[in-house]
Amino acid sequence: MTIPGPTQAPEWTGRPEEIKAVPVRHPGRWAAAAIVLVLIAMFVHSLLTNPRFEWGVIGSYFLSPRVLDGLEITILLTVVCMAIGIVLGVILAVMRLSANPLISGASWVYIWFFRGTPVLVQLLFWYNMAALYPQFSLGVPFGPSFVHGNANSLVTALTAAILGLGLNEGAYMAEIVRAGILSVEHGQVEAAQALGMTRALTMRRIILPQAMRVIIPPTGNETISMLKTSSLASVITVTELLYAVQLIYSVNFQTIPLLIVASLWYLIATSVLTVGQYYIERHYSRGSARELPPTPLQRLRKNLFTFHSGLPTPPAELPSGEQR
Amino acid sequence: MSTPLDDKSPMLGDGGTPMVLAESVCKNFARLEVLRGINLEVARGEVMCIIGPSGGGKSTLLRCINHLEKVDGGRLWVDGELVGYRQNGGKLYELRDREVCAKRAKIGMVFQRFNLFPHMTALQNVIEAPIRVKRVPRAEASELAVQLLERAGLKDKVHAYPNQLSGGQQQRVAIARALAMKPKLMLFDEPTSALDPELVGEVLDVMRDLARSGMTMVVVTHEMGFAREVGDTLVFMDQGVVVEMGPPRNVLSNPQHQRTQAFLSKVL
Repeated sequence: MTIPGPTQAPEWTGRPEEIKAVPVRHPGRWAAAAIVLVLIAMFVHSLLTNPRFEWGVIGSYFLSPRVLDGLEITILLTVVCMAIGIVLGVILAVMRLSANPLISGASWVYIWFFRGTPVLVQLLFWYNMAALYPQFSLGVPFGPSFVHGNANSLVTALTAAILGLGLNEGAYMAEIVRAGILSVEHGQVEAAQALGMTRALTMRRIILPQAMRVIIPPTGNETISMLKTSSLASVITVTELLYAVQLIYSVNFQTIPLLIVASLWYLIATSVLTVGQYYIERHYSRGSARELPPTPLQRLRKNLFTFHSGLPTPPAELPSGEQR
Repeated sequence: MSTPLDDKSPMLGDGGTPMVLAESVCKNFARLEVLRGINLEVARGEVMCIIGPSGGGKSTLLRCINHLEKVDGGRLWVDGELVGYRQNGGKLYELRDREVCAKRAKIGMVFQRFNLFPHMTALQNVIEAPIRVKRVPRAEASELAVQLLERAGLKDKVHAYPNQLSGGQQQRVAIARALAMKPKLMLFDEPTSALDPELVGEVLDVMRDLARSGMTMVVVTHEMGFAREVGDTLVFMDQGVVVEMGPPRNVLSNPQHQRTQAFLSKVL
């Protein structure tokens, strides 16, 4: 810790004695902590003693192939749908900022529609698309077509889920990306233009990399949300994690243990994503912070240190000058 | 678009077409008239300093020269080519985005707020446009960039990010970034106005060095000392018109117009 300004002046010889004061006691905090501790103890006690948790059943199904297959589908859905969502989001965001009213209007309508209807309804729509468009064809608009297909055979449950979740995600990502683009200072665009960079190049090399800092945290949020929302695909018979355990407990009636199995896997997956998000954020904070933020390990070490030392805040951070 | 004129012009030398020629240039923002008929001429190798009260249209004129702003009336030529338009017969055609970019690539610009790319190091800032716009090989671009940064006194800051640099250092990187495109004209928009007083000198030194090397420069500034010492021409602009123009010594020590006198009495 550095000594505050005045003590560094040349004529100042001795550093004053460090203040040793009796810290303020917080009895309320201690009481609250005690209550929390009791509640935790009660919860753990019930986890261990209530036989209906069926820890044995949980253990035997935790790594069963059917559960793991379901987990795989869940991860596949999350990755593919987020990829669709991000690409679509960037396109829609750039369209939304276009000077052409038809292009920005189209983007607005897309976002309005896909954000305005429940994703569950959208999933059911895609699943039943064959009822609306039994045949589809690829060709010249209003002209001859080259490829014909049967919607029922093309739109399987999995593709319906990917379309439903991905297209819905695109609408949300569009707003996130747009916010990121708008967060970049206009001077950046001018500097790029003055160097002769085209709009597309400016967007790709100057704006989007800076927008990433704003885009990443909510995108991490969306990915975690997607991981859990993908369980809605169980409604249209996609055997992702939730539907996989549902199929098992519909036969052996071990409902609670199997739901716990699914929950544990969801928790593990979101934890992994959280860690990943942290490091991606660190990468894109290049040049924005003087030092990179501490890794969790470094922070843990620091927190432990401050806890032990018992001093709530170092004096340098107090706005003491202004309050006097 | 490279025209035959473009290739010939350097050989024409000082007697050839002026680098910048403005003929009754007008610019409005909504109902506000920012430029009201600007006439001026910048010869090759000339250093023109533009002074005047804020809101007088100095920056706007500068931004019109590299088409960051569209001219509403009059004509503006850079190096013998019309800015932003192509004249064919009696008709004017707006230039396409790509053509405008190609022209801007030959004009360097330095901004008041530096506008360095914060996610890139000093070196990356300088090599970005040569590599992406002019398609210069990376090694060649880096070599030139290091030279330019060294010339600006930033030898040990090549790999620093902008936020690790002082304002003066950032502005010197910005000048190196503009020079890396090997421009034929450099525009400076109040390059020292956002700097702490003790950092102004280091930026002016780099600009002085550049002027000595024969670069054509248009400098909007409040640094009268610099204008007097380095400038070939001094222009005083107020309310969208050129009020007075001439050799800096004459304008500064013996201003003819009342508005120039009033402005200088407050600044000097």
